[in-house]
Amino acid sequence: MEKTYQFDVVVVGAGGAGLMAALYASRTANTAVLSKLYPTRSHTGAAQGGVGAALGSEEEDHPKWHTYDTVKGSDYLGDQDAIEFLCNEAIDAVYELEHMGLPFSRTPEGRIAQRPFGGHTNNITGKPVTRACYAADRTGHMILQTLYQQCIKNNVNFYDEYHVVDVLIVDGAAAGVVAIELSTGEFHVFHAKAVIFATGGHGRIWEVTSNAYAYSGDGVAITLRRGIPAEDMEFFQFHPTGIYRLGILITEGVRGEGGVLLNDKGERFMDHYAPTVKDLASRDVVSRAMYLETQAGRGIGGKRYMYLDVTPETVNKYAALDGRKRPDGTSYVTTAEEILSKLPDIVDFCRTYLGVDPVSQPMPVQPTAHYAMGGIPTNMYGEVVIDENNTVMPGMYAAGEVACVSVHGANRLGTNSLLDIIVFGKYSGLKGAEFANGVDFQPLPENPADFARAQFEALLKEGGTEKASDIATEMKSVMNDHVGVFRTEEGMQNALQVIQELKERFKHVQVGDHGKIFNTDILNTWELGNLLDLAEVTTVSALARRESRGAHAREDYPKRDDQDWMKHTLAWLRDDDVELRYKPVTLTRFEPKERVY
Amino acid sequence: MEVTLKVFRYNPEQDKKPHYEKYKIEAEPTDRVLDLLEYVKGYIDGTLSFRRSCAHGVCGSDAMRINGLNRLACKVLVQDLKSKKITVEPILGLRVIKDLIVDMEPFFEHYRSVLPYLINDEAPPKKERLQSIDERERFDDTTKCILCAACTTSCPSFWANERYVGPAAIVAAHRFIYDSRDRGAAERLQILNDQFGVYRCHTIFNCTVACPREIQVTQAIGEVKKAIATGKLD
Repeated sequence: MEKTYQFDVVVVGAGGAGLMAALYASRTANTAVLSKLYPTRSHTGAAQGGVGAALGSEEEDHPKWHTYDTVKGSDYLGDQDAIEFLCNEAIDAVYELEHMGLPFSRTPEGRIAQRPFGGHTNNITGKPVTRACYAADRTGHMILQTLYQQCIKNNVNFYDEYHVVDVLIVDGAAAGVVAIELSTGEFHVFHAKAVIFATGGHGRIWEVTSNAYAYSGDGVAITLRRGIPAEDMEFFQFHPTGIYRLGILITEGVRGEGGVLLNDKGERFMDHYAPTVKDLASRDVVSRAMYLETQAGRGIGGKRYMYLDVTPETVNKYAALDGRKRPDGTSYVTTAEEILSKLPDIVDFCRTYLGVDPVSQPMPVQPTAHYAMGGIPTNMYGEVVIDENNTVMPGMYAAGEVACVSVHGANRLGTNSLLDIIVFGKYSGLKGAEFANGVDFQPLPENPADFARAQFEALLKEGGTEKASDIATEMKSVMNDHVGVFRTEEGMQNALQVIQELKERFKHVQVGDHGKIFNTDILNTWELGNLLDLAEVTTVSALARRESRGAHAREDYPKRDDQDWMKHTLAWLRDDDVELRYKPVTLTRFEPKERVY
Repeated sequence: MEVTLKVFRYNPEQDKKPHYEKYKIEAEPTDRVLDLLEYVKGYIDGTLSFRRSCAHGVCGSDAMRINGLNRLACKVLVQDLKSKKITVEPILGLRVIKDLIVDMEPFFEHYRSVLPYLINDEAPPKKERLQSIDERERFDDTTKCILCAACTTSCPSFWANERYVGPAAIVAAHRFIYDSRDRGAAERLQILNDQFGVYRCHTIFNCTVACPREIQVTQAIGEVKKAIATGKLD
């Protein structure tokens, strides 16, 4: 029999969204945070370039410009009321982080430093605007550390290395979660009035990825199994600049500091694809351009990568051609020292993994799976909504990458993920605590851990014939080839068939470790099951959407189709298939128009 | 190329004492040691247990002893080791739970003991607190810490007495002591002016060598010692 704990609010995941939710919920409600990793290991810490907010530290900027850029970046699939809310909240949210102690880089006047980022523009000139508030190239690291430090200061309850594997739903409302304690292998029940999922993304579906091993889609997979749909799963962002083959992220901040993408002929090819903002177009646009250049035989040495060049000579050459100025009006001229001080981690990654010094040599880069725009459907307060009428499930919340509000629509702008976690983390924490303080605990179901236990017992049965590693390798490969930057009907049908075969093979998987203590073998295998479910839902959602929008680019349907497809996908995982329904996009002030950068 | 990976193994549910296992593996010179461990776990022995997450040196999960030195398994390439024999063991000074996994709780307890958060009760301005580029630069190095424990578990003083707060906790304290926005320096210096505080550091420099973020750990400890001795921050 498992041990049972009781908390008003249980937060699952201890990245930026989870910690922010915990800080706010714990002000008024008895709150616990459960995380499969030590909090400081969370993937928020890998975010580099900045958090978006129209502070206007050094040049004119406005939340309404940020709002428009985000709507346009989303290819008009983002809900405009939620986007406006996000961009209006951004300024106070960033100042709050500073007040908590976050060590932002500074301007000469001592203000929070800001850099340009893809898709963020001055709405009058159309030119890039400095909106990304940064701490060198480790902004996510500093957010994660700062929020964790605040949680220590405020005595937040942590259950570190407790892996949540199920959510309990009673009479249509959340009643708690089931977790496995890694150090003992025991199941525990956390009885709660409000549950906040902040479990991150699922980029480990793809072979070339910037995502951590932990990004196995646990939150969406758990809720899918409990009958909650997943929204807009066909929209997954491929970041243009991952280190060739390894996928390790090279921040867009490199291009913000003046770096340019070059093809095999040494051409700055983004000139052709985005004449106004060039290398600072939004990510979907740049990734597609790289793919097309590769297809045209202009990859470096004929291979599937491009050069990202941030050497001072190259930066200064193109800055002069673009007429780029510093905020004080002088011409933009950089030095090796400035590059090193603004991008120290990028320099370190390239030296470590490539033996390349970006201050004097170009970096080989290719698009890398990066960010889930889709996820558990929520409204702008983090409340989970479970159908096309946006019916709220009482007591259930989600925030951060696991959630789909939707503010990112079909393509997220750089810097808006860190903004998303602090704004929606905060509101889900506030709302969750407010809800918990107004209701009594629901009775727990009988044998609450049984559903989760059954999943693990199935993995431990003897006589399995399949290796999880083989299944994972095949999944990643087929998803990279056919459900990546560009997609076709034929390719995705092929992928779907493979994924369904892999799901069948997964039923016969053999787990090597049958112990209790730190059985990471069985947990990793369970995570693979999550990824397979999400790969299937992603592919089915993508096959149905016969248009190209944002990150979902179909060679067979190359145009955006607002008539038929200006709507969000909702996908339910049924026993033998995936059921799709749709709900409208919320439009307020911005009429859809063609997207040109 | 073929490499021999020798791994410290201990399964408390089966083993009375630890032992080593050897695995002969085909490896690329550019493979990370973490890739080799993943290969063993995925294809040879699923019971091999270790922590990892980001796999590129920023989450701090996979500090371990690699050929005798504390490193992150995801930040060491086979070619860096200049040897086809690779020995992987858990970091020292913390209780081994299973294989390469150690009990991190004492480490985080030390971290928490130095008040690792901004202390400033003055009402903040509506916008940001101003801080000059130089003031920000003063503590830049120690903001890089990822709490991987490579420094603390390379320190002979910590091996000798686990009550020593250790380099990582002092780095955390340094990050706030030298932040112009912070008002808690005196309190932290008092905590570190203890028999298990900074004076356990005998400037052996293992910590600085071990740090995967290239933080000048010994220098930071030295600055904290000086601040305690002089009562001044500079």
